[in-house]
Amino acid sequence: MGFLNALPGAVAQGLIWGIMAMGLYISYKILNIADLTVDGSICTGACVCATLLLNGCNVFLALLLAFLAGALTGLVTGLFHTLLGIPAILSGILTQLSLWSLNLKILGKANVSISSRSTTVLLTSLDNTNAILVAGVFCVLIVVGLFLFFYTEIGLSVKSTGDNPDMSEAQGVNVKFNTVLGLAISNGLVGLSGALLAQYQGFADINMGRGAIVIGLAAIIIGLSVSRKIKPNFVVSLIGVIGGSITYYLVYTFVIYLGLDTDLLKMLSALVVALFLALPHLKSEYFTKPKLPPELAAREENMGGKKDA
Amino acid sequence: MLEIKNLYKTFNPNTVNEKRALSDLNLHLAPGDFVTVIGGNGAGKSTMLNAISGVWKPDYGTIRINGVDVTNLPAFKRASLLCRVFQDPMKGTAPDMEIAENLAIAARRGTRRSLKWGCTRANREEYRALLAQLDLGLEDRLSTKVGLLSGGQRQAVTLVMATLKNPKLLLLDEHTAALDPKTAAKVLQITNKLVTENALTTMMVTHNMHDAIAYGNRLIMMSEGRIVVDVSGEEKKSLTIDQLLKLFEAGSGSAFVDDKEMLSR
Repeated sequence: MGFLNALPGAVAQGLIWGIMAMGLYISYKILNIADLTVDGSICTGACVCATLLLNGCNVFLALLLAFLAGALTGLVTGLFHTLLGIPAILSGILTQLSLWSLNLKILGKANVSISSRSTTVLLTSLDNTNAILVAGVFCVLIVVGLFLFFYTEIGLSVKSTGDNPDMSEAQGVNVKFNTVLGLAISNGLVGLSGALLAQYQGFADINMGRGAIVIGLAAIIIGLSVSRKIKPNFVVSLIGVIGGSITYYLVYTFVIYLGLDTDLLKMLSALVVALFLALPHLKSEYFTKPKLPPELAAREENMGGKKDA
Repeated sequence: MLEIKNLYKTFNPNTVNEKRALSDLNLHLAPGDFVTVIGGNGAGKSTMLNAISGVWKPDYGTIRINGVDVTNLPAFKRASLLCRVFQDPMKGTAPDMEIAENLAIAARRGTRRSLKWGCTRANREEYRALLAQLDLGLEDRLSTKVGLLSGGQRQAVTLVMATLKNPKLLLLDEHTAALDPKTAAKVLQITNKLVTENALTTMMVTHNMHDAIAYGNRLIMMSEGRIVVDVSGEEKKSLTIDQLLKLFEAGSGSAFVDDKEMLSR
């Protein structure tokens, strides 16, 4: 019974993290950049939202500003990378580190609680049905928004920037601008997800982003492994990513229910993601049988037969 | 159409590897010129194309395309004036995007990209007609990811992309060298068709002397960062490889050495 009772909570969290995973999908899958900013920007979204709500700000405005704050962090990483020529992965680490200080300044202390009794929040873990509904609506809106954007002229050129920067530049695409734009949108979504997460769990914590990229990657890998088999297009991929995120939280809830030491969860997540990232390599390196042409295959068989005889 | 004046470029300056790649290069192309470029290893062919397309800034000299001074313009801003096809078929297309989407990216070259629909149904019809000219059956595979095509097919798509917006200048950098002979011949035939039909000013670098003589209305040979042979018109039409090698010796003062060319004879 305990597990079944925890299911709605897992789905709600999965949907909220699904927004984060869609953000990560833009940087990781479309721009081809492993953007470590997300560990900081998800927390920035939460801190901005919590601080604004406690100061009596409208909840929708708070979400919008959390999105913009996240976008700003992506902008910084993007500029580190394109303008200053710092490798993308290091740019993300630098932004993430500086965000730790910044988040502490925004929040004022390490942990701030936003009680749903004293502040207006859109969703809370006390009412999971509502939380699923709200997070679900956000997911749908974002999938539609991203679908529309990535099929515009600018959106297509952002896709081609990640897919083949040389070709894009040759076709007059401003590759640097597009990289920054993509990272801003990506981290904006991550910030939004952080803001919803803070409302859902009723507090913002300075450490809440740690390892976020691993959860996001897990969601993407799980999701795409299924959605790719259905139809490898953009919308199906995004829906797959959300599904992957929900699956992650269902499994997460299940292993907690089984009584696993929660201290080990982060390590377990990392190992699962490592395994899935390694699979394509392992498959091609160790598990691919050479395909013999029919005449050779027949000869092999004959030789085998003679040996037996 | 293209005007290169006193162009200089030295790589790795002040080191033991210092290499003067372009040395007082001067070239003038008339509108509609189809120039083939040959030269030995390190003669400066690719360096010249890199300079024109803006991979880096030259040390000295100016480049004008269609009257516009592009010497200090970043590469993506030159894209409205010129287009380049590389030797590597993987370089000219985005593998994870559809054929139609690749063409749509190229179709917006030189225009400001907006939030308008990136690839409309009307666009797709237009691309279908363009691809049909290639006679490769690609017109029925508009939604296929380019990564699934063969090298020759990808290079053909790249050529359509390059000529889609009628660039003022088309640069072909050994664009058939990575293909097998049969495919290379087919791609070259498509090239000739697209270039002559659209009267594009074109520079084609090649290692194959037969092709260099057979195609285009003008032929230049490079050595040590300069142009040492420049023939056009009737003289080029009646050229033989032996004559060409003699001209090269006379122009550069040394025999023509190029292993790729020797092997391809």
